[in-house]
Amino acid sequence: MIPDGSLLAAHDLRKTYGSTPALDGASFSVHPGEVVAVMGPSGSGKSTLLHCLAGIITPDSGTITYAGRELSAMPDAERSALRRSDFGFVFQFGQLVPELTCVENVALPLRLNGVRRKAAERTALEWMERLEVDDLGAQRPGEVSGGQGQRVAVARALAGSPKVIFADEPTGALDSLNGERVMELLTEAARSANVAVVLVTHEARVAAYSDRDVTVRDGRARDLEHAV
Amino acid sequence: MSIGHTLLGLLESGPRHGYDLKRTFDEKFGQDRPLHYGQVYSTMSRLLKNGLVEVDGVESEGGPERKRYAITDAGITDVTQWLAQPEKPEPYLQSTLYTKVVLALLTDRSAADLLDAQRSAHLRMMRILTDRKRKGDLADQLICDHALFHLEADLRWLELTAARLDQLAKVVAP
Amino acid sequence: MTLLDSRTAPPAAPESPKPASCGAVVLRDLGLGVRFAAAGGREGWIRTLLTAVGVGLGVALLLLASSVPHLLDERNAREQARSETQISDSPDVNAPKSDSSVLRINTTTEYHDRTVAGYLMRPDGSTPVLPSGVTGFPGADEMVVSPALRELLAEPGNELLRERLPYEITGTIQDAGLRSPGELLYYAGSDTLTTASGGHRIAGYGDERAGDPLPPLLIVLVVMVCVVLLVPVAIFIATAVRFGGDRRDRRLAALRLVGADIRTTRRIAAGEALFGALLGLLIGLAFFLTGREFVGSVEIWDVSAFPADLVPDSMLALLIVVAVPLTAVLVTLVAMRSVVIEPLGVVRRGRERGRRLWWRLLMPFAGLAVFGLTGRISAYEYAPEKPFGIAAGSVLVLVGLALLLPWLVEACVNRLRGGPVPWQLATRRLQLSSGAASRAVSGVTVAVAGAIALQMMFAAMNADFNRMTGQDPTRAQFAGYSEDVTGEAATSAVERFRATKGVDVVIGSVEAYASKPGDYADEDVQPTTSLTVGTCATLRELARIDACEDGDTFVVHPPGDKDMTAWVDETARKGKEVEIGSGYGKPLRWTLPAGSPTVHGRKDPMGETHYGIMATTGAIDAGKVPGAQITVQIRVDRSVPDVAEYVRNTAAEIDPGMRFVTLDSVERDRQYASIQTGLQVGATAVLLLIAASMLVSQLEQLRERRRLLSVLVAFGTRRSTLGWSVLWQTAVPVVLGLAVAVAGGLGLGGALTWLIQKQVADWWLFWPMAGVGGALIVLVTLLSLPPLWRMMRPEGLRTE
Repeated sequence: MIPDGSLLAAHDLRKTYGSTPALDGASFSVHPGEVVAVMGPSGSGKSTLLHCLAGIITPDSGTITYAGRELSAMPDAERSALRRSDFGFVFQFGQLVPELTCVENVALPLRLNGVRRKAAERTALEWMERLEVDDLGAQRPGEVSGGQGQRVAVARALAGSPKVIFADEPTGALDSLNGERVMELLTEAARSANVAVVLVTHEARVAAYSDRDVTVRDGRARDLEHAV
Repeated sequence: MSIGHTLLGLLESGPRHGYDLKRTFDEKFGQDRPLHYGQVYSTMSRLLKNGLVEVDGVESEGGPERKRYAITDAGITDVTQWLAQPEKPEPYLQSTLYTKVVLALLTDRSAADLLDAQRSAHLRMMRILTDRKRKGDLADQLICDHALFHLEADLRWLELTAARLDQLAKVVAP
Repeated sequence: MTLLDSRTAPPAAPESPKPASCGAVVLRDLGLGVRFAAAGGREGWIRTLLTAVGVGLGVALLLLASSVPHLLDERNAREQARSETQISDSPDVNAPKSDSSVLRINTTTEYHDRTVAGYLMRPDGSTPVLPSGVTGFPGADEMVVSPALRELLAEPGNELLRERLPYEITGTIQDAGLRSPGELLYYAGSDTLTTASGGHRIAGYGDERAGDPLPPLLIVLVVMVCVVLLVPVAIFIATAVRFGGDRRDRRLAALRLVGADIRTTRRIAAGEALFGALLGLLIGLAFFLTGREFVGSVEIWDVSAFPADLVPDSMLALLIVVAVPLTAVLVTLVAMRSVVIEPLGVVRRGRERGRRLWWRLLMPFAGLAVFGLTGRISAYEYAPEKPFGIAAGSVLVLVGLALLLPWLVEACVNRLRGGPVPWQLATRRLQLSSGAASRAVSGVTVAVAGAIALQMMFAAMNADFNRMTGQDPTRAQFAGYSEDVTGEAATSAVERFRATKGVDVVIGSVEAYASKPGDYADEDVQPTTSLTVGTCATLRELARIDACEDGDTFVVHPPGDKDMTAWVDETARKGKEVEIGSGYGKPLRWTLPAGSPTVHGRKDPMGETHYGIMATTGAIDAGKVPGAQITVQIRVDRSVPDVAEYVRNTAAEIDPGMRFVTLDSVERDRQYASIQTGLQVGATAVLLLIAASMLVSQLEQLRERRRLLSVLVAFGTRRSTLGWSVLWQTAVPVVLGLAVAVAGGLGLGGALTWLIQKQVADWWLFWPMAGVGGALIVLVTLLSLPPLWRMMRPEGLRTE
């Protein structure tokens, strides 16, 4: 059951770690430029769903379709290439390469895609400007605050001009003021660039930045908006 | 919210007409519910009777006569006392939601669906408030945040209750 | 404060412990550190064990090195005990004959490139003296052998050696009579040996004289080898102590959170290091004791040692026992100076101040200054203090190189910009913390630089030696001399060599002295020259003779030596008599034919020029010449397997006492090559040790970055990208280290060669060592790839 017009859709995903089922028949879809929050208590399988959707791990069964292509059938190299070119990522913490400067971190996805250093860093600086961290360019991640670092991470996720950004608890390590600012900048930038965002969070106030929310409970995703 | 104390407070910066008072009130506090002029009139007469305000003057420039009110020393003391007095924390012990959940359990209706629907409604409201907050000024943001935090608290309760439905069912309908 | 006021007084609180004295606090903290090291769970144990094994390896090597003096002493003592008692400064003087005196002749031979030492002995009376380690005098045609020789003879395939030593084995030489367990030695009995056939009479064993002091160049070599191999070991120990330091720092941060102050954390860290080092000492001792048992059975380059000889010098051992834990504590404290352990984490500092160059340059230059002050040293000069000057200078230069490296790595790495992503990741990483990398690499630098310098020194000595001999192994490969053999035996010896398997040409001649007859006063020297008797073919090898028939005689002039030519002509007067074999009983009188042509001598394969009188076998009966000496020079067909052994067997058969040498310049090269190989093996072992420590740090670093690696995988980073970055991260410091090592090694080698008054023979000797360094990079990278692949899994993304 793939909803019409969706960019990324998953149907009946199952994934087991050892004997614990993490996903148990989860379905999900996101449209271009749409911000969808994936909510649910911890251990419900939110992150597993995100990892499957992003092609980082493969589900035991079920299908994932991205832009008409069957993601779950792709070999690892092809999925990696897709992640480089079409996806962006923001994690809760520990995602910036500590030895690279902030601007180099933001330029990293572009460079992995083969963009030359000068051009990549120019683009990176533009995105850092949009996220109000352009003054941190030459600093290393260890020298900036948590909120700034997270903004750098958001800039990095956007810099590769992805079609989908996967954000896994992007504000989890921030206070509410910083967290909201990061969410504001992320959703604003994503909407204006028509980038879809899959936002995994357990905080309702973070989820409130989305257009729609999906709840994962016991490995099953429920789209309440549609259920009501 | 005590309208009397609020109007008294507004008068502290200087004497005002009744209409002037209503406009200032709406501007600062009444985004969702503007005051009726009748409310202002009745409140002011009560304050006048209690000696907290006095009539500063009467104007009638080709229209109905308008009273200008000024705060008295007793009024100032009253405002000071009101501000210093902490608001009583709302205990929220009489919750409609709780009642609904228990009733659903007693009548074998799906309490989980009820909770999910409520969650969804809360989230929708939060999304609207977030949107408004994003577009509004600082005052808007603070007001929306106040509401958002309350809604979030409700949501947490909904989630907690959803997780404990089985336990609750045993207690409520053994 | 109402809250506090309203509280009732606390019930009688437990009496807080009295503040401990300062010393007790230190002990308590150290003990706490030991407890952390010993009971830190699996993580803690792994860290402690890594440190301990690393330190242990180093300690074992140090103990081995500290045993060398004792080993040499013991060997020397045993060797002296079995040498004959000197009765005169001249080695030719025989002892007076007595009931206990013994006639003996050295019959040492070579077999498959190994020396088989031996003596043929004949007792003069009923109570002959015995060499140490021998309990009974071997009877005629019997021998006592060392265990190694017994084993060698018993092995199949060694029939040729068995043939050469045709004696019955009747006993074994005990350890007390052996230099080392692998020594091949025999004492054989004889009932035919006489002084006339080369026997030498001895009165007893035990050389009381002090041994010759080591030649100064050898001392320089020994000291240098120690430095080159031990400095990296010390560096390795210092690195091993830091294994797992980051993890420890974080644990200490947790302690700060519960109230420990900075000094306490330092003391705890010191306690952990101390425990690791002490455990390392024990492990090192165990390694050493176990290894020692195997040393007896292992023989490297003709060198082996009795386990009992490997006893560390007590002072050196004490030094090791004290210095290793002390070093561990000091290294830890110094390392901790550059980090601040805060309750909420670890802050690194010291970035604001770059490394300084000037004091690092001081050491190598001080080393060169020491060289200058020491001055040049010659191989023959007795200057006991100079080798220490050279050694001290070398240590300064080598340690200086090790100190220079961190600065150089930092300076170079900080200039690196841009490049592809893997390169950028690697260089940025190095920019952030180049210290760990350069520390490990400085060990490589010292080992490689030292090895290069030593090899240059060896090569220079060797080349020098080869230039001096001037032998020509294409004309003959073996030469033998047998003295005091009658002319008859001499001619038959030549025939027997000719009949030996694999022999192409024998240049066999009988030589004796020819003098001008007459009576001479004591001060006058009787004109004497040599008489060489041989076939035309033989004589052509010794002089430039055109026409030769049997019965011809020649007067041979040394080319380009006027004095000697005159001296030859004084004796060899054509048509006049000469006396042959004066001094060996009744000399033979013989007339030099008047028509003998005068020719020029040429160099024989031994590199000696022959001159005097040469006669074909038809001109004089060689069998009648008294005091003749056989000289054979043999050319063999090298394609015949074991040809050398056949020739040696024939020689032993003719005369076990024949001095028999191999004229093979390749042989010498092989000796040199074995030293070079030895050095390379040693240096490679040290490099492997360092590779191990680099690998440990690399893996530690990867483990710390597990999450980051997963994030990078999520991004779609190729494995090869990260693999290359790991390679560059190892390669950049190692290449810089090797560059410093090659430059420093060539400089030091050049300086050392100059100091010993030789010339650099080969500037390209560093290639093998540089190659080993390169292999090191590849090895460390390859070994870190599987863990890297394993850590590049999305599992790392799951938050705990």
